[in-house]
Amino acid sequence: MRKHLLSIDDVSADDAATLFATAAEMHDVQHREVKKLPALRGRTVINLFFEDSTRTRSSFEIAGKWLSADTINITGKGSSASKGESLRDTVLTICAMGVDALVMRHAASGAAHQVSQWVDAAVVNAGDGTHEHPSQALLDAYTLQRRIGPLEGRHVAIVGDLTHSRVFRSNVKLLLKLGARVTAVAPPTLMPSGVTPWSQADGFALSWDLDEVLPTADAVMMLRVQKERMSGGFFPTPREYTVGYGLTRDRLGVLGPDVPICHPGPMNRGLEIAADAADAAQSVVLDQVSAGVAVRMAILYHLLAGEENA
Amino acid sequence: MSAPDRTPGQGDLPAPPSGETPDGRVVLDERDVARALTRISHEILERNKGAGDLVLLGIPSRGVPLAQRIADRIRSTEGVEVPVGSLDVTMYRDDLRRHPARGPQRTEIPVPTLDGRTVVLVDDVLYSGRTVRSALDAMNDLGRPDVVRLAVLVDRGHHQLPIRADHVGKNLPSARTERVMVRLAELDGVEGVWIADADDDRPSRVGSDS
Amino acid sequence: MSTHSQPRTDTGGPDVVLVRGASVLGERTADLLLRDGVVAAVGGPGELGDTDGARVVDADGMVALPGLVDLHTHLRQPGREDAETVASGSRAAAVGGYTAVLAMANTTPVTDTAEAAEHVHDLGVAAGLVDVHPVGAVTRGLGGEELAELGLMHRSRAAVKVFSDDGRCVANPRVMRRALEYVKAFGGVISQHSQDPDLAGPTACCHEGELSGRLGLPGWPGVAEEVVVARDVMLARHTGSRVHVAHASTAGTVEVLRWAKAQGYPVTAEVTPHHLLLTTDLLATANGGYDPTYKVNPPLRPEEDVLALREALADGTIDVVATDHAPHARHDKQHAFVDAAFGMLGLETALSVVASVMVEPGLLTWADVARVMSSRPAEIAGLDRQGRGLEVGAPANLVLVDPSADITVDRDASVSLSRNNPYDGRRFGAAVRATFLRGTPTVLDGALV
Repeated sequence: MRKHLLSIDDVSADDAATLFATAAEMHDVQHREVKKLPALRGRTVINLFFEDSTRTRSSFEIAGKWLSADTINITGKGSSASKGESLRDTVLTICAMGVDALVMRHAASGAAHQVSQWVDAAVVNAGDGTHEHPSQALLDAYTLQRRIGPLEGRHVAIVGDLTHSRVFRSNVKLLLKLGARVTAVAPPTLMPSGVTPWSQADGFALSWDLDEVLPTADAVMMLRVQKERMSGGFFPTPREYTVGYGLTRDRLGVLGPDVPICHPGPMNRGLEIAADAADAAQSVVLDQVSAGVAVRMAILYHLLAGEENA
Repeated sequence: MSAPDRTPGQGDLPAPPSGETPDGRVVLDERDVARALTRISHEILERNKGAGDLVLLGIPSRGVPLAQRIADRIRSTEGVEVPVGSLDVTMYRDDLRRHPARGPQRTEIPVPTLDGRTVVLVDDVLYSGRTVRSALDAMNDLGRPDVVRLAVLVDRGHHQLPIRADHVGKNLPSARTERVMVRLAELDGVEGVWIADADDDRPSRVGSDS
Repeated sequence: MSTHSQPRTDTGGPDVVLVRGASVLGERTADLLLRDGVVAAVGGPGELGDTDGARVVDADGMVALPGLVDLHTHLRQPGREDAETVASGSRAAAVGGYTAVLAMANTTPVTDTAEAAEHVHDLGVAAGLVDVHPVGAVTRGLGGEELAELGLMHRSRAAVKVFSDDGRCVANPRVMRRALEYVKAFGGVISQHSQDPDLAGPTACCHEGELSGRLGLPGWPGVAEEVVVARDVMLARHTGSRVHVAHASTAGTVEVLRWAKAQGYPVTAEVTPHHLLLTTDLLATANGGYDPTYKVNPPLRPEEDVLALREALADGTIDVVATDHAPHARHDKQHAFVDAAFGMLGLETALSVVASVMVEPGLLTWADVARVMSSRPAEIAGLDRQGRGLEVGAPANLVLVDPSADITVDRDASVSLSRNNPYDGRRFGAAVRATFLRGTPTVLDGALV
């Protein structure tokens, strides 16, 4: 593993296999009476969340604690720029306390990359703006693999607000590395700018038509659509979005019963995903959450347990 | 990230069965190993007054097939199926930070609970005792056996902790500069125990071969 | 070659300088005698007669150009004296070979009154290294709605002729139209920061394209610039007033300009050195990625835009090079990329960059450089005493350039107060060695006098 986990670019297919193998062991720990391993005893992990995310923050917090790291949460809403302190000053101040890993969430794309240039601690990107969310992609792939086996050659549809989704960017990269085929489905206004050249990558395709894609999907990943996007004129009404791109009850019927449905949460039930789909037996939404802890334990373990100054 | 130099789940195994014979002097050959395991099996039964409540936990990697072989021998002598599992100690090692991070290996507890059982830990070599200490810590998080015993194929001395084995295949006084290599057919394609001078001037790292 | 000489009344002294052996505009080698603030004599090597007592500057191998004129500089004073002052910016300008700069109005307070303009003007005079001409705001407080006191700024000591809301676009077409009409009365020009605020959202921080999609950065597309340029061209036609397109950055803008000029509409345009050299992929590749040093407005564009801009500068579609020198305090660049300040330094390195991307590949001659960096900008800004060439009687504003230098830019060596230098570590093959303002050296041997 590299020193930091900033992007799926930092993870090779072999790394992913290692992380998944470790995560599988960690997963077992979740079912023990004593859910604790001493591997990171004496290590300090700071969850530095400039943007709210109870889900990701608690997942990393539990992961750190089950590995016996001293895990501290620091949340600061709003950009530090508005408080007059530069991002650099903020993180250097925190790291001066003696930190081994900085798990960082920031509303600005690239913030974790920048911070990794300034600090000695290992930096884990827990979501940066509309850029990447590598731990989410890893847990998604891990969850799918446990459900449907190796992803090589399997067809995964990713549906929703691709422009503003860090989960999308990380997932496309990882799924392609693992040999899956990916079709990204969204209305043209929610496709990332300049996405067309991406589709030149092997196994990656774009579509504006969900109904054309679903019948051949081996897994479906629904992304959250923020209602605020309407003010940007990305689509006319929630109703129209649902009709075009929602995983409705009708579309659920098109999917095979063994096709897993992922959603990184929080879900907008009734908008991008119908309750019937969210609660279906093939929905792996809760598996994703539990896998999240195991995968994040694996990430922290591999970044921190190794040789000092590695 | 770059891939670690070992396959996940293979721990500090050099590679899948290479069939390659290590350099050095043979200390135990295939038949010696078999005899030692047979003796250990009998000792365990004797000490435990039978196979009741016994659980064998091998410490990966080579402790696991050794535990399995002991269980096989107990079955043929006593006609009893002793539960065999594995207990990975990677996360519990006190030298984690001195090596590249290694992926944990399987921990499989073959019984619903270890509480009240007699656990025999099985490993290939007893050296510093640190692996066994880690194993005791790991077991602590899994349950509370009545009795824990330790069986090893080779005890090479130089213990650094107040730990000793209850059942030993062979006591092998060795210099710290020497390397002791156990190879088992299941994992390595060859079988036996070898001893050799270290490749370089560096004393062999305590803990590297248990 | 004949010797031109003017009657002289003094016997030399510190104000008399003999520049010996310079290649004037890279075309002919000559000695230049600078006296009383003007070029007193020009002659072939050794042809100048009595030069006793003159300070001799050996310009062997140097190219002499008229002092450079920058239509687009941010000096940050008043308001952000921690980033730059009129004095420190003047030093950077002199080091870069400039003898005149136009200081943009987006200071705190904004240069939107006669008093504010005179304040900047007076600070420039006090610094005394380059002529500092304040640019007046087009609208009060750069608010985009009410016209600033354009006429009073023009009538002031600062004699403002160029107006700009730079940093913001005069987006409202009605306001732009009125401003263009109004400044006709005194020959003013509106320099427009062309950026449609609705196409470039509030968080937009880079060029919108494949890279921004990958990096997840909110960007704005070239068309956000082009629609405003196209609109303003039509307003220039309609009003008969002059529009100057600040920092043109896209191939589409070049297309519109080329068309407008072919129609004979009163439009001029500038390009910055960084848009001639740097490309948007630096956001992914430089210093681990997302380095705010490369965050600038307009944003760095893809290679195809850069090539179109070079071509447009070479064929005259784009009139001039202007630096958009934009100093920022270090901490204002140490935020997350989207939160960091826009802008990069430019004065000290402009000539080296232009030489590297335009002269070395043969797209411009040194005489062309004199045109795009001195005479044409002076003409656009209405500066009679700048950009006049190096004939006898012209103001002795000149710069000596070493066309075969080998320099490596070191941001820490800058005389600017700021360090947001995007060329740090880059090598260039030409460098300013000396600058003279009205006959007085401000820079010699590459260092401030």
